[in-house]
Amino acid sequence: MTEFPQLSLHVPEPAVRPGGMPDFSNVDIAKAGSVPRPAVDAASEDIRDLAYSIIRVLNREGEAVGPWAGLLSDEELLTGLRHMMKLRAFDARMLMAQRQGKTSFYMQHLGEEAVSCAFRKALKKGDMNFPTYRQAGLLIADDYPMVEMMNQIFSNEKDPLRGRQLPIMYSSKEHGFFTISGNLATQYVQAVGWAMASAIKNDTKIAAAWIGDGSTAESDFHSALVFASTYKAPVILNIVNNQWAISTFQGIARGGSGTFAARGLGFGIPALRVDGNDYLAVYAVSLWATERARRNLGPTLIEYVTYRVGGHSSSDDPSAYRPKTESEAWPLGDPVLRLKKHLIVRGVWSEERHVQAEAEILDEVIQAQKEAETHGTLHAGGKPSVRDIFEGVYAEMPPHIRRQRQKAGY
Amino acid sequence: MARMTMIEAVRSAMDVSMERDDDVVVFGEDVGYFGGVFRCTQGLQAKYGKTRCFDAPISESGIVGTAIGMAAYGLKPCVEIQFADYMYPAYDQITQEAARIRYRSNGDFTCPIVLRMPTGGGIFGGQTHSQSPEALFTHVCGLKVVVPSNPYDAKGLLIASIEDPDPVMFLEPKRLYNGPFDGHHDRPVTPWSKHELGEVPEGHYSIPIGKAEIRRQGSAVTVIAYGTMVHVALAAVEEMGIDAEVIDLRSLLPLDLDTIVQSVTKTGRCVVVHEATLTSGYGAELTALVQEHCFYHLEAPVVRVTGWDTPYPHAQEWDYFPGPGRVGRALAEVMEA
Repeated sequence: MTEFPQLSLHVPEPAVRPGGMPDFSNVDIAKAGSVPRPAVDAASEDIRDLAYSIIRVLNREGEAVGPWAGLLSDEELLTGLRHMMKLRAFDARMLMAQRQGKTSFYMQHLGEEAVSCAFRKALKKGDMNFPTYRQAGLLIADDYPMVEMMNQIFSNEKDPLRGRQLPIMYSSKEHGFFTISGNLATQYVQAVGWAMASAIKNDTKIAAAWIGDGSTAESDFHSALVFASTYKAPVILNIVNNQWAISTFQGIARGGSGTFAARGLGFGIPALRVDGNDYLAVYAVSLWATERARRNLGPTLIEYVTYRVGGHSSSDDPSAYRPKTESEAWPLGDPVLRLKKHLIVRGVWSEERHVQAEAEILDEVIQAQKEAETHGTLHAGGKPSVRDIFEGVYAEMPPHIRRQRQKAGY
Repeated sequence: MARMTMIEAVRSAMDVSMERDDDVVVFGEDVGYFGGVFRCTQGLQAKYGKTRCFDAPISESGIVGTAIGMAAYGLKPCVEIQFADYMYPAYDQITQEAARIRYRSNGDFTCPIVLRMPTGGGIFGGQTHSQSPEALFTHVCGLKVVVPSNPYDAKGLLIASIEDPDPVMFLEPKRLYNGPFDGHHDRPVTPWSKHELGEVPEGHYSIPIGKAEIRRQGSAVTVIAYGTMVHVALAAVEEMGIDAEVIDLRSLLPLDLDTIVQSVTKTGRCVVVHEATLTSGYGAELTALVQEHCFYHLEAPVVRVTGWDTPYPHAQEWDYFPGPGRVGRALAEVMEA
């Protein structure tokens, strides 16, 4: 007989499954304005609490409060609202286009618009993002043409990527947007390398890495933190915690650590946790982190606490694994509605202007779609050439690929 | 001209490249202060500073992942994977990232990186320090795969690899680092200083990637080899007294198919030799190509001589290594058919 009991395996479960009442009582939400704003040269060990709390600026009344408030002008906030509304309208139209068979696949941002839209405003021209598939706000907020995005989504004759990539896997060096792989976490460590290169060349540019809660389990995430920590790379390590990795709740990747942000502490990387549905808070934290990077103070880890309202992709039905009403119960609300309310409280916006803006933006998206569709959609109209299959594998086409292209009749 | 070992030639290639181009950076496990476990980067940190030649954490996916990011920025990283056997953690970065960045971004981003890695056995390295994973790279579209067989080629091809606009897997046969090893492990080692291909210019020169070299002209049979097996094949041919033509591929991808086809068309017989395992090895590709392009000129089936389809053993290393005896028997078999 042994004095110890039989062992048993612990498999974490989300609080509620379909049919149950949504419950986020386990999500500890700090009061808006309550988390201090340290100096950007603060040491990781002196600001450990920031990895366990949630930095928030907008309170329930729609006011901007606390030490992270007051960084954006009315004009900048109105622009931010428009970016988020544009991304939401774009998503809605493209999801519909996918349902109509104009493209094979789509991934929307519903509920997460503030993260990429606000972060982009903290970057400068020349900085580089290494995004995942849910940061199109980086392009929208940098005024990348929607028609170009749609050409890529429709894989049409004007597709800048010549039909080679899954829809929404954009690439734009000019807009600081590294080619999306679709291969999870690989880009996280590449961002660190890009930032190291900028430091090696004594440049002033910085990089931003992006990952989701689920993919932090990949080894590349940990490699990235090691390299960023060792070489003090000028990089922002962003984790978008939207609670769900397809059907897997964030507890499976997080394991026993309190938060994803806390992962940074063991590497000596300052780590902040922020309300990802609060445009002002996202911007304030991003700016803090970019300033650290620009001053050569090294990397910062940011966890954006948000919620994926839609499915993982157009191929996913979340009602199979979580309560249908869960998104309504999400305690951090909707990023568009919260910023809208704040702007009304500020006295620079109104319900009428919002409705009008929605109509204008929808019209803008529809016009872009009309233009893109004149160049074709996945199964109709203009499309990339079969020749494009063979081009660009190498800078110079080697003989074996040339022979295969000829065999294909091109 | 100077006399160089393959280690010195590889080092000289990096030195020349770093001197000419500030964007060339060198890093990897133990490559900084110490100069690498095979000493290939010795002196580079002292000469170019520690932001251009530095030690990396033991994380191959991190090394290759950061190199890809640096290349996207505009640098030309030439990184060392300490042993080819250690590249597996980086395989995702190599195959799904480095190899495809140009293609998937339609040239918006590119990935001019070089991964140097000591390959092959013959040093009692056991199963984790002896592998020849070249076929795992040649199967990946978007990579170039280079395997030099001597100091002169090693330097010229490494410089060409560093200057190449696409990712290059540069496999250095570690058994050749100090001399042209012919598989006779029980005989004294011949140093490169006594071999004509140990004569290496000190300055800049490059050898085009994708061009094979005929090491021995002959008319009876074609032997296709690369890396260490070039010297093993040459020894076997001499010992058998067969008038074989020995082709040193130097670059597996792109492949110099013209040289192969010309030779086999002439000889009508072909033996393919590599140290890597047999099944789905690069020899299978070579054999298929010879069959496709030379079928009506063949007098005998193509024969492959390779490592066995087992992990690389430790104590039985020389029963695993396809030495001149096994190559010789294959030559006899092809000549008799």
